[in-house]
Amino acid sequence: MTKTLAVQYFAILREQRGLSSENLVTVTATPTALYEELRTRHAFTLPANRVRAAINGEFAPSDAELRDGDTVVFIPPVAGG
Amino acid sequence: MFRISAEPLDPVALEAGLKDLRAGACVTFTGWVRDSNDGRNIFSLEYEAFAPLAEKEGGSILDEARAKFAVIGAAAVHRTGHLQLGESAVWVGVTAAHRAAAFEACRYIIDEVKARVPVWKKEHYADGETAWINCATQSPVA
Repeated sequence: MTKTLAVQYFAILREQRGLSSENLVTVTATPTALYEELRTRHAFTLPANRVRAAINGEFAPSDAELRDGDTVVFIPPVAGG
Repeated sequence: MFRISAEPLDPVALEAGLKDLRAGACVTFTGWVRDSNDGRNIFSLEYEAFAPLAEKEGGSILDEARAKFAVIGAAAVHRTGHLQLGESAVWVGVTAAHRAAAFEACRYIIDEVKARVPVWKKEHYADGETAWINCATQSPVA
């Protein structure tokens, strides 16, 4: 089933995508599947196992179910401090 | 309270915000922008945050510190933006009746913040190159 998602990008992913956010239509079911689709399309260098996902402002499991209208953020390895 | 700030940190004012007459100890940590890392000369650091989740996760870390240690007050702030050498990137402050809990809680908070809060750091080197830290594909998996 197709769904429309808002995706936000930060740090290395924002630079590699060339955008901070976009709406996109996808049939992918989980954050990992969506990330793999985007990684192929935009040549992201980070593998899926090094990127966490947040859905609607909360950390989410990589196999969470994506729903129409969700806001998805992919979180590269953090480096605060 | 955990905050993301695009404005320069003021450690003196932040510490004053923790003032509490029940506290006999106040331990603070300030992280500064250093001029080298992994053998490379740093020119400046750029910080970016996913602010809503960073503040939520940072708040959880402060709650954990309050639950684990006999803490009276705890607060932390992380900068975003382009920082020059010597600027303050992160500040943590903890008060407690006695020093042991304040030291332990402060250490816990800064360690967890660095490991969990969605903040990213881009190093700008003296030779003009840049790199997002922890994001190189050749790095070992954390």
